[in-house]
Amino acid sequence: MTESAITGAPTTVRTYKNYGRPLWRRLLISREAAVIGGLILVVIVANATVYRFGTPITLNYLLLDIMPILFIALPMTLIIVTGEIDLSVASTMGLSSVILGTLHEGGMPIELAGIIALIVGTLAGALNGFLVTVVGLPSLAVTIGTLALYRGLAVGLLGTKAVTEFTEFWTDLAKSKIGDTSIPSVTILFVILAIAFAILLHFTPFGRGIFAIGLNDEAARFSGIRVERTKFILFMLSGVISALAGIYYTLRFGTARGDNATGLELSVIAAVLLGGVSIFGGRGALHGVIAGVLLIGALGSALRLASITSDVINIITGVLLVLSVVSTSFLTWLHKKRTKPGGKKTVIPAAKG
Amino acid sequence: MTTLITPPDTAGARVLRGFGGFARARETGILIALVLVIAIATIKNPNFLFSNDGFRDLLLTPSILMLVAVGQAVVIITRSVDLSVGSTLGLTAYLTGRLFIDFPGIPIIVVFLAGIALGAFLGLINGALIAFAKVPALVITLGTLYAYRGINVLWTGSDRINASDVPKPFLALGTQTILFIPVLTIIAVVVLIAAGWYMRNLRGGRELYAIGSDPAAAHLYGLKVTQRVLVAFVVCGALAGLAGVLTTARYGTVNSQVGSGFELDAVAAAVIGGVAIFGGSGTVWGAAIGAYLLLTINRALPILGVEDFWQRAVVGVLIIGAIVLDRVLALRTARKLVEARDK
Repeated sequence: MTESAITGAPTTVRTYKNYGRPLWRRLLISREAAVIGGLILVVIVANATVYRFGTPITLNYLLLDIMPILFIALPMTLIIVTGEIDLSVASTMGLSSVILGTLHEGGMPIELAGIIALIVGTLAGALNGFLVTVVGLPSLAVTIGTLALYRGLAVGLLGTKAVTEFTEFWTDLAKSKIGDTSIPSVTILFVILAIAFAILLHFTPFGRGIFAIGLNDEAARFSGIRVERTKFILFMLSGVISALAGIYYTLRFGTARGDNATGLELSVIAAVLLGGVSIFGGRGALHGVIAGVLLIGALGSALRLASITSDVINIITGVLLVLSVVSTSFLTWLHKKRTKPGGKKTVIPAAKG
Repeated sequence: MTTLITPPDTAGARVLRGFGGFARARETGILIALVLVIAIATIKNPNFLFSNDGFRDLLLTPSILMLVAVGQAVVIITRSVDLSVGSTLGLTAYLTGRLFIDFPGIPIIVVFLAGIALGAFLGLINGALIAFAKVPALVITLGTLYAYRGINVLWTGSDRINASDVPKPFLALGTQTILFIPVLTIIAVVVLIAAGWYMRNLRGGRELYAIGSDPAAAHLYGLKVTQRVLVAFVVCGALAGLAGVLTTARYGTVNSQVGSGFELDAVAAAVIGGVAIFGGSGTVWGAAIGAYLLLTINRALPILGVEDFWQRAVVGVLIIGAIVLDRVLALRTARKLVEARDK
């Protein structure tokens, strides 16, 4: 560059296409688009065939039910994009639920108890982050350990008791709707968080760092990304959002119990992976994840209304999850097969990455 | 080094070396912890060990988890994980009861074979999806965890198998002892010895370690990675199936939720026993001792005056402690190797 500037000689300018594929193909032929398409299809078919699916009350309950999964799916997406995983989220929910319950029972106002529960959630996430980034342990093993630990603390603190006395104002708020619509008020909180997380992941240097870590953390470190700090922050975010979901769960059902939300971590991870996030890290988008959660929720709700028992939903969730990963690898294989021989479809180097 | 000094290969030296290896082995630490737990609990309450029931329960309770943990260890050693074992166990446990109800007088051995076959088949589905489609085991087995459990609930409904539906000799198998040792424990230990011997001495077992250490290198070296991984999952499924049959024998009642959450216990047992979650190291022996430690601690806590509500917290601390210990040991070995190289 500088040489040509000095001599002033016109050098042949080589232009690269910014993308290997045209815009419409990039937008429409993607995992996220497939999930959104699936969601729209389910909603249309269910509306036409399932009695009462289109009623406001269905939408209300659907959103209330999947709200904890929607909340936790946000930080979980970021964590899985870095190639890590957090299995302790549901236990953190249980822990925050119990802390809210015991403190409130001891006479503390809900607001203060809630803040303490959020702090405990953050600390729980920080412990995960510490073990993964500072001690250098694999997150899968660490969070299996803290899954047992946090659940054990929750059950240990409250035993088999349940705290059910909560201020009506807060329990009503958790179930309230926006004006006359059938959309729960808590959706507002979710939308704000979703926008914040979407900006963080897709439009900030921090977010690009998350993708870089997922693709190759060595390379990310050499390009100046603080790998450890990024992961540590993500685990703390996961902890605090899980605690928030735990508080919501407690207020919505009006009970704080040690075994609240047991097993929810698998639902969250299933939804995130269905939404097109690669378990290997480095790939994924938040709109796909949100559509994934809604798809599972809508499908479940439609099937329940069609009085198909809830176990079929489990089968469908499982099969969808398996199909979604198998189809990706099948399509990649097909693409390779088509492009490899003869070299007709050349891959443009600049299109990579 | 010009002269290679070989140590004298006398019987005494061999014993010494064997003892040194034993003392240094990762499994020894877990074994000592297990013995300590049993000792402390026994001092506090002699009935924990020195009563017929206490001794029997000590051996009996962890046997089923031990079987599943051995299968899980085989899979984890190949750098995979099988989260569907709990669902597989539930499905085979229900199949066992169903067979006794639908075919009265069916020989017990046929039921065992059917349970193992179903487990192996479910494992084959996992393995085939993972090995041929080249997709991560975590995702696939998370999917089949849901799917198998769903099939189980669909099949069982609100129905349940009661102890009265199952023939007496089969139920007796669950609590029977031969020379003070429960039959279930004997089955589990036989499987453990077979698996331990295979993994340590046979080509197939060593190849599983090689695949777990570095799948790409194993492939370049010419190992049949796809086939081996498939076999590992079939074995894991078959052992979960066997565990399902034994669960019915042990408890008699089976509903649609038997074995849910078992997958985490099995992974935890393997991790506590020193099987590295990223494959290539650890032994099935460690996983089996891990399973024993996990459930023995659960039983010992109430005796030590800790409310049983805190059990899960202790298990969590144990898992984290085990992986931190592994990390420290690995770092120390790495440092020693570097020192040896730089000398």
